[in-house]
Order: sequence, then structure tokens, then C-alpha cells
Amino acid sequence: MTRDVPHTTSDGGLTYVSRYTTVQRINHWVTAALFTMLTLSGLSLFHPSLFFLTGLFGGGPSTRAIHPWFGVVLFLSFLMLFFRFWSLNLPNRDDIEWSKRIGDVVSNRHDRLPELGKYNAGQKIVFWGQSILITCMFLSGLVIWDQYFGTYTSIEPKRVALLIHSLAALCAILIIFVHVYAGIWIKGTGRAMMRGNVTGGWAYRHHRKWLRKEAAAHGIASEAEIYAAHHPAPATKAEPPAK
Amino acid sequence: MADYQSLDIRRRSASTDSSPDVRGAIEVAKLIDVSKCIGCKACQAACMEWNDLRSPIGDNIGVYTNPQDLDPNTWTLMRFTEYENPDGNLEWLIRKDGCMHCSDPGCLKACPSPGAIVQYQNGIVDFISENCIGCTYCVKGCPFNIPRISSVDRKAYKCTLCVDRVSVGQAPACAKSCPTQAIVFGTKADMIAHADERIIDLKTRGFTNAGLYDPPGVGGTHVMYVLHHADSPQLYANLPKDPKISTLVAIWKGGLKVAGLGLMAAAAVGSFFHYVAKGPDEVDDHDEMAAERMKEESDRS
Ligand code: HEM
Ligand code: SF4
Repeated sequence: MTRDVPHTTSDGGLTYVSRYTTVQRINHWVTAALFTMLTLSGLSLFHPSLFFLTGLFGGGPSTRAIHPWFGVVLFLSFLMLFFRFWSLNLPNRDDIEWSKRIGDVVSNRHDRLPELGKYNAGQKIVFWGQSILITCMFLSGLVIWDQYFGTYTSIEPKRVALLIHSLAALCAILIIFVHVYAGIWIKGTGRAMMRGNVTGGWAYRHHRKWLRKEAAAHGIASEAEIYAAHHPAPATKAEPPAK
Repeated sequence: MADYQSLDIRRRSASTDSSPDVRGAIEVAKLIDVSKCIGCKACQAACMEWNDLRSPIGDNIGVYTNPQDLDPNTWTLMRFTEYENPDGNLEWLIRKDGCMHCSDPGCLKACPSPGAIVQYQNGIVDFISENCIGCTYCVKGCPFNIPRISSVDRKAYKCTLCVDRVSVGQAPACAKSCPTQAIVFGTKADMIAHADERIIDLKTRGFTNAGLYDPPGVGGTHVMYVLHHADSPQLYANLPKDPKISTLVAIWKGGLKVAGLGLMAAAAVGSFFHYVAKGPDEVDDHDEMAAERMKEESDRS
């Protein structure tokens, strides 16, 4: 066991496996916040019935002005996520098996699903889908960012870029919809991104291969061990020297 | 001459309001007879004068067209083309460029800001600057490449057809100033009738292809040309032969908006009912105990 927490025997309480580091979690939530603001500001221009959303950003002109800047920061933030996670999202054979059993997936029938590594095919689609779409939105976004890049292209490429941008945004928003819903539907997932760990049972149910690997490499922590790691016992005071 | 045109609004960008139709609108039009134009630029000067516009002084690149392009301060521009006809003769084609005031305006269709672009019942298409957010979608929507965005205030500008003059019964400043009456203004019906006379005249003078430019692809326009070569309008500084709203813009502003909202709503409703039908995917005691056994095993080794 390589974990730097005091080793106690299992007390029958829950077990935990760590899934995301603090930096990874901050990176994820910064990206999520930016994506949300981009969705709100972008959709306000997408359809007249959503124009009222410009009110959230101080009116029409300021929404128009700030949206691309959010986009630039999102792109950088997502780039960091990308380099952290791409290798974990490479497809493998289990993904094919899992995808074939998508009916069982949506029916919560885990007894019929293959054991999986850290991510399932759905999560990988979210990852690669967002990677491609955010790149598309970034590039097309630059073409239609008139204030700074208006003179680099003629009108026809701008029309194409606008169509690509809104199409890509639509697909990305739909993917994020599914991503958020999965977080609500699959109980116990939220703490992975909020607290950084998941219960052993969650890992056993959804990503058993990953759990086995973690158990072998880092061990699994008990509740008492996690508690001890976060609340170090106060150092005992040295006895005053006898007079 | 149209008098006191109603300023009722027929169309308003990014809005679903229906237009008031009780009064029955008279459509107005400006007719530019290219064959009568002498290229004096009185109209261009009058436009600057009436609208109080001054472009920064540019460069002379050896052509009469000056400034070189439309800009936020140049709402109309005389474009000069030297055309060598098949007989080997030089024709000096001069076209007054500016907003065509389409019946089906691409700018208005593309604009995302409610009321930033309006079309009055008389056919004039106007930008209402206070509602303009500077997104430049109108530039992409326009089949004639007319709107220009100011780098000063990031708002879109173009010819208003002197809506402020027309609404009080005056002709647009350009029409008023034209010394040869190459620019005339009135009801659209009158202007078409006047154009027909001019075309007959031109045909008797050997311009067999003379005709009216009122392109049906944009539902007709409220600025029309009499051209001596109506069969090839491109000769006149690339006046488009069959202008229409780009298919890309039509898809973007048509099917995509509707499909987009529909799909997003479907995703929300679908997820809700999935939850109702299948319930949450919860970790059970069996899973936790299995994990605990794995812990015990790994702790032992
Ligand atoms: C990645 C960098 C991005 C850049 C540089 C960018 C830039 C732009 C620009 C310049 C516009 C035109 C309006 C304006 O000037 O503000 C626009 C519109 C829009 N953007 Fe972005 N954007 C980016 C990312 C995103 C993302 C992530 C989303 C949402 C998922 C999004 C959704 C939209 C939508 C829906 C529109 C309106 C399109 C329409 O009117 O049909 N954008 N974007
Ligand atoms: S720049 Fe102004 S007028 Fe043009 S589409 Fe955008 S909001 Fe409408």
C-alpha cells in the first residue's frame, strides 16, 4: 500500500478512490462556467426568442463584444483539459461492447455490461466531440469576429463560418446537455468533480477495470483514512522540563 | 411624387409582430437611369450634405471612383467602369451604388437584434442605430454588399433612402440634386412606367438589350436601374445578375434556428422522461461491499 494515510483495518464503512486532482477539478469547472456563459450569450443571438438573454451580459452590444473573449479563454482552458485527459480517452475494445449494449446502459442494467476502464464510450464521445467542436467554434469564431479579424476574409467565407459556428454550437450544447444529465442520473458522480473522489462501490459499478488498477497501484482508502488525512492529529505538547 | 408616406412598419428584424395592413401601402421607388448619368457626383455630394457625413480624405489611385468603396460615411458611391464593347468602342458605364431597399432584405433576415432593421410599408429599409448591436450579421445577409460597420461606434450604416425626407413628402437628396434627372423618385408603379418609356427610347437608339433592373430574386427592389445592357448587369461594377439571399444565410436563419430550438427542447424533455421511466442509476450495497473486499485484498498484499 503506497497511500500516505495511516493504515487501519477496514471498519465496514465506505471506501474511496481518488479520481481527480484539485487542479483538474478547477480546470473542469472553469471550462464549464465559460461554456455556460458562451451558451447563454451565443444563444441570445441565435434566436430572437432568446434575445432577452443579452440582459445577463449588460445588453446587446456588450454581449456581442464579450462573447468572443469568453471563447478565447474557453479555448485555452479546454486545451489544458485536453492535454490532461486525451490519453485516457483513447478508444478500446470495451467501448464497442459497451456501445452495443447501450439499451442496457440506459436501463441501468450493469449486470450485462463489460468491465470498463476510467471512461466509457459515452464519456469518450463527450471528450472527443467537445474537442472537435470547440476547435471548430474557435476557428469559425475568429472568422466572424469582425472587430479584429473582419478584414482577413471576404463575405462568402464569413457566411460559411457563421453557419459552421452555429451548427457546431448546437451540437456542442446538445452534447453538454447529455453530459449534465448523466451527472444527475448516475448517482455518486458529482463528488468526483466536486470532492475529487468516488466511493469504491461507484467505481466497482461503473469502472471496475479502473478500480482494479487503482487498487493495485494506490490502494483504496477507508472513510477513517480519508478523515485522518484531512484532520491530522494535533502534535502532543512536549512535557515541560522538570525543575 | 409620393406625399407623406405612412411610416407603418411592414417588417422588423428579429421580431414576430404582424404588420398593420388597414391603410394599404403605396410603395415608393428611386429610379436611376444609368444612360442619363453624366457622372457629376452631385448626388454623392448631396447625400453627404443632407446626412451630414464626411469620410476621411483617402488616396487617389487614378480612377474616378472616389472614395474607393462604400464606408460608414459614404452611403452612395458613383462607380466608374471603362467598358470596351464588341464593336471596339469605349463605353463609360457609371453606376450609383448604394442600398437597393430589397422587398426581401437579406440584412433584415440576418439581423439578430429586435428592431435594429425595419422595413416600412412604403418599402424603405432602414437601420435603427439605437437597437444595433454591431454584430455585422447584416453584412453577411446582404446580397449587394452594402452595409458598413463603423469602427467608431460599431454600428451598421447604409443609405436610408432619405426616409426622413420621404416621410415629409420630399424626394431623396440625391434625386433632388441630379442635374439630368437621371435619378427620379415616386411610387414604384410610376417609376416602372417611366422606366418603360426610357427603355423604348433606348432601344430605338440601338441599345437593344436595354431594360429595367428590378431583380425578382430579392422580391424586387425599391431602388431600380435602367441599364443599356440589362442582359449583363455585371458590366456595371459587378452589379449581380441574379441577386438573392445566400443559401447559407437562408439555412442558418431558417431551418437551423427551428431545428436547433426543437432539438434542445427535445433533449431536455427526453432526459426528464428517461429519469421518470428508468430512475436514477444508484450504487447499491452490493457494489460497496465488493469494493471493500477488493480493499481488503489489496491491503493484505
Ligand atoms: C471558442 C471560441 C469562440 C469564439 C471566438 C466565438 C466567437 C463568436 C462570434 C464573433 C460570434 C458572432 C457574435 C459576436 O460577435 O459576438 C459568435 C456567435 C455565436 N456563438 Fe460563438 N464563439 C466561440 C465559442 C462559442 C461556444 C463555445 C458557443 C456555445 C456552445 C458559442 C455559441 C455561439 C452562438 C450560438 C452564436 C450565435 C450564432 C447565431 O447567431 O446563429 N460560441 N461567436
Ligand atoms: S450590425 Fe446591427 S443592423 Fe447589422 S445585423 Fe447586427 S444588429 Fe442588425
